Amino acid sequence: MPRVAVVRFPGSNCDFDTLRAAESVGADAYFVWHRDADLRGADVVVLPGGFSYGDYLRSGAIARFSPVMQAVQRHAAAGGPVLGICNGFQILCESHLLPGALMRNTGLSFVSKPVDVIVEQIDTAFTCDYEPEERLRLPVAHGDGRFVAAEDTLRMLEAEGRVVLRYVAATERSPFQPNPNGSANHIAGICNPGGNVVGIMPHPERAADRLLGLTGGSGFFTSMISSHQESSN
Amino acid sequence: MTFRVHVRVMPRAGLLDPQGQAVEHALAALGFEEAGEVRIGRAIELDISAASSDEAEARARLMCDKLLANPVTEDYLLDVETD
Repeated sequence: MPRVAVVRFPGSNCDFDTLRAAESVGADAYFVWHRDADLRGADVVVLPGGFSYGDYLRSGAIARFSPVMQAVQRHAAAGGPVLGICNGFQILCESHLLPGALMRNTGLSFVSKPVDVIVEQIDTAFTCDYEPEERLRLPVAHGDGRFVAAEDTLRMLEAEGRVVLRYVAATERSPFQPNPNGSANHIAGICNPGGNVVGIMPHPERAADRLLGLTGGSGFFTSMISSHQESSN
Repeated sequence: MTFRVHVRVMPRAGLLDPQGQAVEHALAALGFEEAGEVRIGRAIELDISAASSDEAEARARLMCDKLLANPVTEDYLLDVETD
């Protein structure tokens, strides 16, 4: 079973949910503190949601410089899987492990509700258990979730198939919950060229247990197990 | 010497600035219809110990590139106070 390190920053608040979701699929999950310089033999690293360092300056901007992020950078550079959820996605962008940035939602409001997304890339360490173009309902909870990138970066992400999750576009009388934040190209999640670093705004850990009503997020956690088994064979 | 440095960080031109738009609408609602193109950024002031004003500016530029501004979404202006 993979060792899954869940990184805790001061201000992380989805850390326990994430740990529990990883444990529920059988992973050997544990916490790593932001001051730790060692990931203690992690196979997979997850940066959970929250408001690291109070989101001072910009969301994720300060967390980038914590000792643990140096270790995460090395882990990612060696091809190790890293998943950033919400604030974790913002940290990955600020750390330049993923391109672009996450800006204030177009509607200015903090949006906390389930939305519908499509899994557009299943060749990653965190989405390999999904079907191509699978539609999921996942909760979002963010104020800074509008993905922004330079035009050529957007073109590259699309051309290289690096959009992992995409919100459903708003259409008249659509039964779906659409793009909640004005994100460019309706992007909800992207990956690096290797597919080992993935950042997503929705919260799969909040949709990974029947008791919580939604279960569509559990594939992110079972994929950690599947991709680990594949890589160790 | 110590130099007082003023940094102005603004959302890059062309990027949607919903805060600026909201304030522009609020100004119009107050009767200030003459206000337009409102954009909201951030002002940062800091003291920098350096041998010269040029050195203080160079250090401040490095600080902006590394932390104070996000190169993907923001531009910045620097001003070093001179006595």
